[in-house]
Amino acid sequence: MLFLELFIQGLLQGSIYALVAVGLTLVYGLLRILHIAHAGLYTLGGYFGVLVYNSSGSLMLSGIVATFGVGILGVIIYRLCYEAILDQPPYVPLIASIGLFIAMEELYRILFGSYGVSFTNPPLQQMLPLGGLYLREGEWVTILVSIILIGGLAWLSSRTRLGLAWRATVTDPQMAESFGIDPIRVRYFNFFIGSALAGTAGMIVGILNNLVEPTMGSVPSYKALAIIVLGGLGSVRGTLVAALALGVVESFGTIYLGNVLNRDAIAFVFLILVLMVRPQGMFRGV
Amino acid sequence: MGYEISLLTFMGISIIGSLSLNLITGFCGQVSLGHVAFVGIGAYTASVLTKADTPFFVALLAGMLLAGTFGVMVGLASLRVRHDFLAITTMGVNFVFLGVVREQEWLGGELGISSIPDPGLGKLGFLALVLGFVVLVALLSLQIRRSWMGYVFDAVSGDEDTARMLGLDVSHYKLIAFALGTALAGLSGGLYAHHVRFIFPDSFAFVESITLLAMVVIGGNGSILGVILASALLSVLPQWFQFIGDYKLLLYGSLLFVVMRFSPGGLAGLAQNLFHKSKKYFALKENQ
Repeated sequence: MLFLELFIQGLLQGSIYALVAVGLTLVYGLLRILHIAHAGLYTLGGYFGVLVYNSSGSLMLSGIVATFGVGILGVIIYRLCYEAILDQPPYVPLIASIGLFIAMEELYRILFGSYGVSFTNPPLQQMLPLGGLYLREGEWVTILVSIILIGGLAWLSSRTRLGLAWRATVTDPQMAESFGIDPIRVRYFNFFIGSALAGTAGMIVGILNNLVEPTMGSVPSYKALAIIVLGGLGSVRGTLVAALALGVVESFGTIYLGNVLNRDAIAFVFLILVLMVRPQGMFRGV
Repeated sequence: MGYEISLLTFMGISIIGSLSLNLITGFCGQVSLGHVAFVGIGAYTASVLTKADTPFFVALLAGMLLAGTFGVMVGLASLRVRHDFLAITTMGVNFVFLGVVREQEWLGGELGISSIPDPGLGKLGFLALVLGFVVLVALLSLQIRRSWMGYVFDAVSGDEDTARMLGLDVSHYKLIAFALGTALAGLSGGLYAHHVRFIFPDSFAFVESITLLAMVVIGGNGSILGVILASALLSVLPQWFQFIGDYKLLLYGSLLFVVMRFSPGGLAGLAQNLFHKSKKYFALKENQ
């Protein structure tokens, strides 16, 4: 039973990693930028969620604000920050992004206080036994939302014209452009979807922990990087597998490796090992 | 007076740290996001040794050697992965270092190592030692820049594949850059440990790696003078003005972002641009 519980907890954590990492992988696949500030947007999603819920009391409304607000901000970040430095060597956008992320974290700390914000009456905290599993409502919602969002993304990219344009641009930007696809619109779309997913993940984590802190994004941000590298940089399918695998490995690792390594280092040991054996990551392709 | 001396010492240690990163990232073009791990290895090694009554300089040297050895191992990773992958791997090295140190009882775990023995040079003596090392490291950087090795580093950072095609032994030189840079990072770590005489895992957190990188990049990736200037400013400003101290990270973050966004060459690039522009401007005037 302990085995099953650890496994489920791992999958839960993994699905949150997946929501964050898919956005990163979308951005990397299209623009070859390691968008670390993505985790700042994830934290912002948490803040939007908790602040809107506390003042309106509607979970629906706060979800919408967290998802769409963060999505739009993602596009603005692309427009103001990355667009001008796309042709620089890769370390330039990377460092700019790290700078932006640190500044965002500090800004949240100054604006909302360093102890974080909690829900005044926390939603979705009841236990809900289902199929022999004792999970909180929030945890069921997490699983459900991840499946819906990732499924929606798969549908969007494989069944719609927009998705077709997106995949064409990732594969061959010049060819796509000569077929009349507007690359700028594809990039906006890309940043919107990726950031919206991160915003949703932020809000979910806020509900699960009943706390949104300024530093909430730092560990996921670096872990999400490890995940997208493991998944083969730019491969959405690879990212999903890597995220879920990492969640499970970590949840077992904390039990069995607890006195050698702490939880946050496991991802990177895993990462370094895989990179040394397969420098191109575990998976390839879009 | 004591405060100014301690501040200057701290500044010198920061300069050694950022110059050591400049060798790897600036000269050789290998972006490292985990450099402070090597500072940490130097600091922990030196303090464990001096606490066991090893002479200060022997301990310092041992710290450099151990940091350099681990540096070569990470350098080997840089032969396998490039650019973004390397950046993330080095970042991973930082997290793994922290993750391991936090769990080691004999390294003090979360609490770290305190009451590290005084090297017995007096405050001024220690400052003189640190400044001496700063001059040595700066001269070494200058010497490397002018040597054949410096040209190879340039070639590697410019275009690795072309360098390889020209028959340069790229792997060999990358390893040298990592060995030198990380050993010097170990030196700055040993000095740091014996300056503050108290270290714990968070002294070597990822943010500190970013701080070092900020100094290098804001100064101008590869420019020795620029890096010295930027690290002097960035290490001292937050201490001098308490107001900045509270907003230190906001300042670092925004500076990193603004410099990368508007002048990817850093302060050095900015100065060069201004110089060229003013030269053009005056040339125009003379022609009229």
